[in-house]
Amino acid sequence: MKSIRLKSSWIILIFAVVVLNPPAITGQDPQDQQEIAVPPPPFTEDIFPCSECHADLEVNRDRRELEEFHDDIVLKHDEENRWCLDCHDAENRDMLHTAGGRLIDYKESYKLCGQCHGPKLRDWKAGIHGRRTGFWNGQKEYLLCAHCHDPHAPQYPRMTPEPAPKKPGIIK
Amino acid sequence: MSIKRTVLSPQRYGRRSFLKAAAMTSSAAALMACGSRDSLKAFLQKDFRSLSPDEIQAIIRRLEAQYTQAFGKEFSVSAQEPLPETFFAYALDISRCIGCRKCVYGCVEENNQSRDPQIHWIQVLEMEKETGIDFLHANLYYTHEEVPYEGHFYLPVQCQQCKNPPCVKACPVGATWTEPDGIVVVDYNWCIGCRACMAGCPYGARHFNWGKVGLPAEETNPATHYLGNRPRSKGVVEKCTFCIQRVREGRYPKCVEVCPVGARKFGNLLDENDEIRYILENKRVIILKEELNTQPKFYYFYGT
Repeated sequence: MKSIRLKSSWIILIFAVVVLNPPAITGQDPQDQQEIAVPPPPFTEDIFPCSECHADLEVNRDRRELEEFHDDIVLKHDEENRWCLDCHDAENRDMLHTAGGRLIDYKESYKLCGQCHGPKLRDWKAGIHGRRTGFWNGQKEYLLCAHCHDPHAPQYPRMTPEPAPKKPGIIK
Repeated sequence: MSIKRTVLSPQRYGRRSFLKAAAMTSSAAALMACGSRDSLKAFLQKDFRSLSPDEIQAIIRRLEAQYTQAFGKEFSVSAQEPLPETFFAYALDISRCIGCRKCVYGCVEENNQSRDPQIHWIQVLEMEKETGIDFLHANLYYTHEEVPYEGHFYLPVQCQQCKNPPCVKACPVGATWTEPDGIVVVDYNWCIGCRACMAGCPYGARHFNWGKVGLPAEETNPATHYLGNRPRSKGVVEKCTFCIQRVREGRYPKCVEVCPVGARKFGNLLDENDEIRYILENKRVIILKEELNTQPKFYYFYGT
């Protein structure tokens, strides 16, 4: 039920982004002057909402190697100093939180990233960091940080290049 | 009456009229050889900038019919004029580009470049981090398993859309010029294929159709612009137009949209809130071969 509600809220968000094209969606949080319309966060299938599993689990704040679940996650993002609960909220499992404890929705995860990556966030908001699609003189589509950077290992992955051009030769 | 008088004698008619008659006879023969009425019309077509709106419409209809027949699908040829208050510029983040060449092939598909013989409007150069920007030792033909390759960075080069374009000055017939929105374009019907513009361009950004254009029908992009991505023919020069068919409709160029790392930025220099203006005001920006005073509107910057 919850996931259906969540899906429909995404559809409304996409509708808002694509059709209504609001220059800025006013945030519920009075601290935020403006929110940026983005596509839904790139969750692994069926993993959200987290509370579906975590509601019945006791919170274990110990730093440890995960064995039963989430063992596929390799943390390569200041891993010496950080742990799951530095970003994921232990009380409200479906939210993230800033260093100061303010709850952040997954749809606004850029606010979390921006705590450390301030200049990048500033460039992203200005349209300089990250891909833009759409219209140079109108509606632009943004992506969340997490669409390109795995938050657990954010270095952009290397890829196979497209074929090299042919060297000039005899043209028939 | 001697026989001499019945011949087109230079003495009687003068050298000038003799040459005139000879030239007209041979050009008439050439026109006959054109075959169809359409190719005759194409042959007699004026240069794009002297055409009246009615003539442009007639030419567009002729081209659309010609392409639709040749490729077996509905083609549209636009002659969309520049948008008011626009002067386009481009910026490329050297610190972001990973050399994946997605832009190269995105451009080929969007702009109907010949597949074989191969024409690429974008050339991604691989350079060593140790030496910095060095065209002499750049590698266009790198074939690594994965990019970015250790110790290297990438510098894609395409038409720099100069404000002071040497190619335009080099053209002897005025077949290439700068549009009011800053795009340097080519009239493929007026180009005589002399390649003087290619000699003039210091960026190697102009490409010549040496052979019959190899463009498989199923790979064509039928949404075209007269001064942009309409199919070309053998013997003409072509180049990047900032995707004139897209940007004059407000859309981003194809290379901007296909770049997976978002290294490519495009916008209107006249809009102070534009991304390009932000880059020029806040980032370290370079232009290529500044000393030649070509004044490119294609800026390279370091996003980090």
